[in-house]
Amino acid sequence: MVTALKERKTVDMTVPLNRQIQSENILTVKNLEIFYGEKRAVNGISMDIEKNSVTALIGPSGCGKSTFLRSINRMNDLIPGARAEGEILYEELNILSEDINVVALRKEIGMVFQKPNPFPKSIYGNIAPALKFAGINKKSKLDDIVEESLRKAALWDEVKDRLHKSALSLSGGQQQRLCIARTIAMKPTVILLDEPSSALDPISNAKVEDLIVDLKKDYSIIIVTHNMQQASRISDKTAFFLSGDLIEYDKTEKIFTNPSVQKTEEYISGRFG
Amino acid sequence: MEKILPAKDRLLKSKTSRLDGESRGKLIVILCAVIMISATIAITIFLGTKGLQSFTKNGVSILEFLTSTKWNPTDKANPGYGVLPFIFGSFAVTFLSALVAAPLGIGGAIFMTEIAPSWGRKVLQPVVELLVGIPSVVYGFIGLSVLVPFIRENVGGLGFSLLTGTIVLAIMILPTITTIATDAISSLPSHLREGSYALGATRWQTIRKVLIPAAMPSLLTAIILGMARAFGEALAVQMVIGNVRNLPTSILDASATLTTIITLNMGHTTYGSVENNTLWSMGLILLIMSFAFILLIRYLSSRRKLR
Repeated sequence: MVTALKERKTVDMTVPLNRQIQSENILTVKNLEIFYGEKRAVNGISMDIEKNSVTALIGPSGCGKSTFLRSINRMNDLIPGARAEGEILYEELNILSEDINVVALRKEIGMVFQKPNPFPKSIYGNIAPALKFAGINKKSKLDDIVEESLRKAALWDEVKDRLHKSALSLSGGQQQRLCIARTIAMKPTVILLDEPSSALDPISNAKVEDLIVDLKKDYSIIIVTHNMQQASRISDKTAFFLSGDLIEYDKTEKIFTNPSVQKTEEYISGRFG
Repeated sequence: MEKILPAKDRLLKSKTSRLDGESRGKLIVILCAVIMISATIAITIFLGTKGLQSFTKNGVSILEFLTSTKWNPTDKANPGYGVLPFIFGSFAVTFLSALVAAPLGIGGAIFMTEIAPSWGRKVLQPVVELLVGIPSVVYGFIGLSVLVPFIRENVGGLGFSLLTGTIVLAIMILPTITTIATDAISSLPSHLREGSYALGATRWQTIRKVLIPAAMPSLLTAIILGMARAFGEALAVQMVIGNVRNLPTSILDASATLTTIITLNMGHTTYGSVENNTLWSMGLILLIMSFAFILLIRYLSSRRKLR
């Protein structure tokens, strides 16, 4: 314990100790409730999301996991009638607050969707506009970041010779990795993945999974998935949702080998859902 | 127990009753298609032969017809058959009105689909539909009694001018452009919008960098369809443009278009006369132009499918 404290102190003396411990959580959710009009989709959940780890959200369709995910970068703002109560703390700031600049927030908390959604432009043209949104306009700088992002998304070798060809000519798996590259280009801290490989074939799926594991050294990743094997393969912690409630949240290993709640066991063993 | 027929009686195609319901239905729709196609072909052939007669029978030079500015078919001693001023007039009002209507129409479409999808659409949609329903003679009448004096007193010239024609046409093609552009933008898959917002794009960046480029082929189709309508419009333009034979030198000059010259002169020329035949030639130009517009739209929509 003492050595641990010392180690922490050597990292940064100026920040209070409690802040440093807290900072290992990138997000803290407190009593989050999400409504679509009158209907409540998420019932007061609280959880911490660890930094530089993969957190999987599992549960049957309509359990609120995607709704929760979309609230983290305020994508639910686009849905008329959706509102959220409670808090999601990101660096001690409640990102659900009215004062949040959602455009700036979405640059730090990026999102990749279930269906690959490249823009009908070239491969290069899919990443460059994202950077232009962020105010980067210099050609050489753009080129660098495009290459770097494609490399990080393990797509560079496959597309380097056809950067100016239409992104729609890529396979589904390549398109999805392009969408991940596009998100990485924004240099986010958190990446939200909404069933990123459910529309892909097994080989593309494996590539995307490898990529996700690889990305966690630089980013904190939250992934919604219907695929139990996927959750157990790639995530560090798993949260099980049911009818808008957070039923169980623990280390992935624990959830899949020895869950504490009966419902969790029934779900992961495929008895319902 | 009912006797089961052998497979060849149950499953083989019947050779006897050719005019069963199936074939009759097929015959009716084929007939409809044949009538439509032959009508189009007949018009094209008729207009083609009629329109070429002024060159083949009456000996008007095609070059003179297309490039001369002297239109004086009634002068027996020294007739002139140049329609350049009218071709120019047609193109001028078409492009100028598209220039006015395209930004307005596409802007309105963006307003309806992206900025205020609920109430914006509720207000603008009926307005646009109303604009479609107003007959062109009414547009012309309003232009004649409101716009012509307004321009004469406030801008200059006679009031009858290219500018007046442009404004009237712009309002007339506005609904075409707005409707097609609205459909184009609202039919864009919503995941494009989500993808853009998730990258931290503002609404305006999403519209400008993602939605407009993605809808561009359809937006161009909208503009071209608007231009095709402007090019073919006769009545309303005729009422406000002034109908003079000279090549206009400013947008405040009176002018004429191919369509206005045809409608003005078709009543008092004798069928088969040189003047009448040159009117047919102008009609042929209009037909060729509408083919060109269609080809352009085809090209654009094939490009849209490829992407």
